[in-house]
Amino acid sequence: MRLEQNLIYIKDVVLGDVNKVEDGVLTVDVEGLKAAVMVDDKVKDVKVDIAKPGEKVRIVPVKDVIEPRFRKDGRNGFPGVTTKYEETGNGAVNILKGAAIVTIGDMVGFQEGVIDMWGEGARWTPFSETFNIVVDITPIDGLDPHQHEVVVRLAGLRASTFVGLAAENAAIDETKVFEIGTMAEETAKYPDLPKVLYVQMNIAQGLLHDTFFYGVDLKEIIPTWFHPFEELDNAVISGNCVAACDKITTYQHQNNALTYDLYDQHGKTINFIGNIFSPELTTLDGKFRNCDYCAKLCDQLGADGVIVSEEGYGNPDSDLVMICKRLEKRGIKTALVTDECSGWDGTSQPLTDTAAEAVAVVSSGNVSKVIDLEPADKVLGNLKSAQTLAGGWDGCVEEDGSLKVELNAVIGATSEIGYHYASVKLY
Amino acid sequence: MAKKVLFYLNQFFGGIGGEDKADFEPEFRAELVGPAEAIAKNFGDDLEAVGVIICGDNFFGQKEDEARAFIAQVIDEQQPDIFVAGPAFNAGRYGFACAGACQVANEAGVTCVSGMYEENPGLEHCQSFAWVAQTANAAAQMRKALPLMANLVKKLAAGEEVTPDDDKYFAQGRRECILVEERGSVRAVNMLLARLNDEEFTTELPMPSFDVVEPAAPILDLSKATIALATSGGIVPNGNPDRLQSASAQQWNKYDISSYDQLKGDFYTVHGGFDPVYCNETADRVLPLDALRDMEKAGKIGKVYDFFYATTGTGTAVANARKFGEEIGKELKEAGVDGVLLTST
Repeated sequence: MRLEQNLIYIKDVVLGDVNKVEDGVLTVDVEGLKAAVMVDDKVKDVKVDIAKPGEKVRIVPVKDVIEPRFRKDGRNGFPGVTTKYEETGNGAVNILKGAAIVTIGDMVGFQEGVIDMWGEGARWTPFSETFNIVVDITPIDGLDPHQHEVVVRLAGLRASTFVGLAAENAAIDETKVFEIGTMAEETAKYPDLPKVLYVQMNIAQGLLHDTFFYGVDLKEIIPTWFHPFEELDNAVISGNCVAACDKITTYQHQNNALTYDLYDQHGKTINFIGNIFSPELTTLDGKFRNCDYCAKLCDQLGADGVIVSEEGYGNPDSDLVMICKRLEKRGIKTALVTDECSGWDGTSQPLTDTAAEAVAVVSSGNVSKVIDLEPADKVLGNLKSAQTLAGGWDGCVEEDGSLKVELNAVIGATSEIGYHYASVKLY
Repeated sequence: MAKKVLFYLNQFFGGIGGEDKADFEPEFRAELVGPAEAIAKNFGDDLEAVGVIICGDNFFGQKEDEARAFIAQVIDEQQPDIFVAGPAFNAGRYGFACAGACQVANEAGVTCVSGMYEENPGLEHCQSFAWVAQTANAAAQMRKALPLMANLVKKLAAGEEVTPDDDKYFAQGRRECILVEERGSVRAVNMLLARLNDEEFTTELPMPSFDVVEPAAPILDLSKATIALATSGGIVPNGNPDRLQSASAQQWNKYDISSYDQLKGDFYTVHGGFDPVYCNETADRVLPLDALRDMEKAGKIGKVYDFFYATTGTGTAVANARKFGEEIGKELKEAGVDGVLLTST
């Protein structure tokens, strides 16, 4: 596959009446954006705001983050979800790099989060560095939680595609080319390099715990091998999975850090032979089936090394170490990425399951670390909602608007695909 | 202003005598001796040694309350910033006394430094809060132990960062969440490359070791047994009156269900880690009071206990969960409950 990412670097965003980019300034057609979201008759109202890096702005409760893009040579959107199915991963895509759609609105569940654009909070989320177009979605009355989640999920995707139209004729600042041939071709090219696979575990457990591949709910699949570029090219969307700190937002699927960094090594130190989804199910039977099948698939593809990333924590810790154990038993070397729940003071047991084979583990931070966030000048959304987030609690919002939360509540803080910079040090 | 350092030594290292002086009553002396003197020798202007407490090992072991009270009194009088006990190497009684002395100092808010061998039984009593230098098992290695302890004293007094690897102390077990230079994905790729190339690497998360819980004996006659319900599924009365957290629970709650035949309609979940829709329709799907009542009416079980216990499992620190379990277990035991149906999500 060959994917060209045409990057248009965004240095500022303004609201206006047309979608365009001039000298790095993105103008968003507000009425057009609202209309694009209101095509869904289950959306009652849409509000649009801007939050820029460094501004004393707090966004809460955040559901998803999506990167606005435009495809010239294919279906413009998310195949299998907002457009008809089409294979992704080939061709050229124009990207408004540095801009992001952030969806907010009435709470659906506990797994939504906070983004602070300045100060202490900004350090812990990668989305304090993007120019955020904040889309506040109010659905019609009477929707049950599952319907509500679908409405906001699709609204965010549509908003990103609409804003992405500004990339159609914008001047390209940089083009990055990604190219990986068939496994046979690459192995012929690099016969001496170790074959490496990336196993991406995804929560697949129901409301606010789902991930979709070409629109297919990952609950319904057994582990599947796919091309890394498909994920980079809109084939994977977030069903707003799990706690805010380690949910893989749609933006992070579009820019999977492990895929990027493995690709960087492709042809140099490794032969990167692809990605595998391994859904994290709730049943023990499901865990055995998927973990066994995942390890078998890696073995069958001839992997020498595998990186496994988790999504969420708690019961998925079992999937993580089960996959590791099975891979190591088959002689495949593994490195794992997980966050940990070490308690407020960092002295508690970090994982809920263990395996002697898990000798190489990257910790992406302690989800229970408590941070103090000063009052914002402006809150987009509803500050009080922080009290019902996973990682917040009744009373965590002070009268003056300051906030005390666990990293749990901060979008992307402990990203287990290694998208951010948190780690843990033992004292 | 210089930081004040107070030392603690046993009768042997304090120059009083050997085993025959092991019941030596604790004393405070302004003049340093032995290891205390050696450590203080290299203090700069920023550190001031205020003196040493010398106490017989048997005295500490046999009259611990008295020894502790004496140490507390000296700390109160001298107001040290740092308390240095030992090194105790592998001497069990001395290690135990150093740990106890450090506990007293720690409770007074004083930073504690010690030195022990890894098998010293005193270690586990102070490792979590004191900075205990890793020493050899015998005092013959005194020359190696003292610089390690002196280094810890200096760095801690200056507020400098110390780490188990760099400063050779027994890790306290505190996992501090920090931001680092390289993002997680780069660190993971580098770690895998190191493994593939048989190069050295350091895991960021050594695997935890688990307790093994021995199952209780079976209930021989269920028809006479009192069965309680408990859950990590976050089941609470509508409105969550006790404000149970939706993740990372800091508490457990109990609710009187003696007048309920089912939970449906009056209870729901605040658990943030699963799809709550079906539970909220009928909370009995997570905590099956309805089924248990049927069994009670049919005489299959003796009685449903009048209260159920609930916390939230998701993201809850194991240390908290262990504490909740001990507290709830104690209540159930005292109430004469024979068995517990413990449900998750």
